Amino acid sequence: MTAVLLALALLFLQLSLLAFGGGVTILPEMQRQVVEVHHWMTAQEFGALYALAQAAPGPNMMVVPLVGWHVAGWPGLLVSSLAKFGPSSLLTGLVFRLWERFKDRPWRRMVQAGLVPVTAGLVASSALVMTEAAAQDWRLAVIALAAAAATLATRLHPLWVLAAGALAGLVAGGG
Amino acid sequence: MMDNGSPPAAAEPSPPTVAALFTGFLWLGLSGFGGVLPLARRLLVERRRWLSAEEFTDLLGLCQFLPGGNIINLSVAVGLKFRGTAGAVAALVGLIAAPTLVVVLLGLVYDRFQADPHIRHLFAGLAAAAAGLLLALAVKIARPLWRRPLSLLMAGGGVVAIGVLNLPLLPTLLVLAPLSILTAGRTGR
Repeated sequence: MTAVLLALALLFLQLSLLAFGGGVTILPEMQRQVVEVHHWMTAQEFGALYALAQAAPGPNMMVVPLVGWHVAGWPGLLVSSLAKFGPSSLLTGLVFRLWERFKDRPWRRMVQAGLVPVTAGLVASSALVMTEAAAQDWRLAVIALAAAAATLATRLHPLWVLAAGALAGLVAGGG
Repeated sequence: MMDNGSPPAAAEPSPPTVAALFTGFLWLGLSGFGGVLPLARRLLVERRRWLSAEEFTDLLGLCQFLPGGNIINLSVAVGLKFRGTAGAVAALVGLIAAPTLVVVLLGLVYDRFQADPHIRHLFAGLAAAAAGLLLALAVKIARPLWRRPLSLLMAGGGVVAIGVLNLPLLPTLLVLAPLSILTAGRTGR
């Protein structure tokens, strides 16, 4: 148990400080660690947990406490949350104090602009990895593509897209 | 500035207390589905007036620049700005407390009924739709890069390394981020 908690702490500590461009960018690494390195769950289970977290309100990294809880119960949840939200928050607090000084420096803009393509690549990777795991047959692949198309073409609320997907999965699976 | 005869409506609101920070972000955590960012702006700038529009944009820039979720970092920065460490902790805990409980409840339902084929199909569809939302997000984020070959190359390198080859994130970032910042500096933006 202690070994598992330690592994969770180390994993999310690392991810906490690597999550440039928001939480979505660390999904592939989280999946790789949780599924392939630690064998805590299958890629499909991870996909389901991620989907559950997306269906819940709040910031979009709620998959972190959920993974911790799934792997090691309440202690796992606590350790994962602290390890994921603690270090990046500390860093934010420290940098916040210096922010005013750097605001107009040109290098800040350069770094920020330079990180955009990296973020784009990581988000695309997340989409690829999660779609690969979720689209286990052609019907589920169609649901994923339809959800993407609907989101791009309309201003539909994400919650409706998720609900429609769940319903479509139920109908397609039953048939 | 204070005594320029400005109307009372524009008077500066008193800074929020630790409790107000907690409840404000608790509300935010409970009400944001999918994207909390527009709601955060409405709460902080329009409803509570803790920040001006400029302050909000500036803080958000900082939070996007740093690792971690934008909103998570924003809660820390806002809490810190008004009430120091206690404020930061109150805002952060307020933001994630309720969503954590909701997520665990959903997890309980999933674990309990995982064996039921109907529920399995339901969650398979849900996961597929969630993946679809990610696909859409990827397209939206990549769109501004479309006519910049170097940026596309960097993004493509990331996709190949992480999405296709499944390489670990840390070494990939250590190579890709400096390269990308360097090319951004070279092209002048």
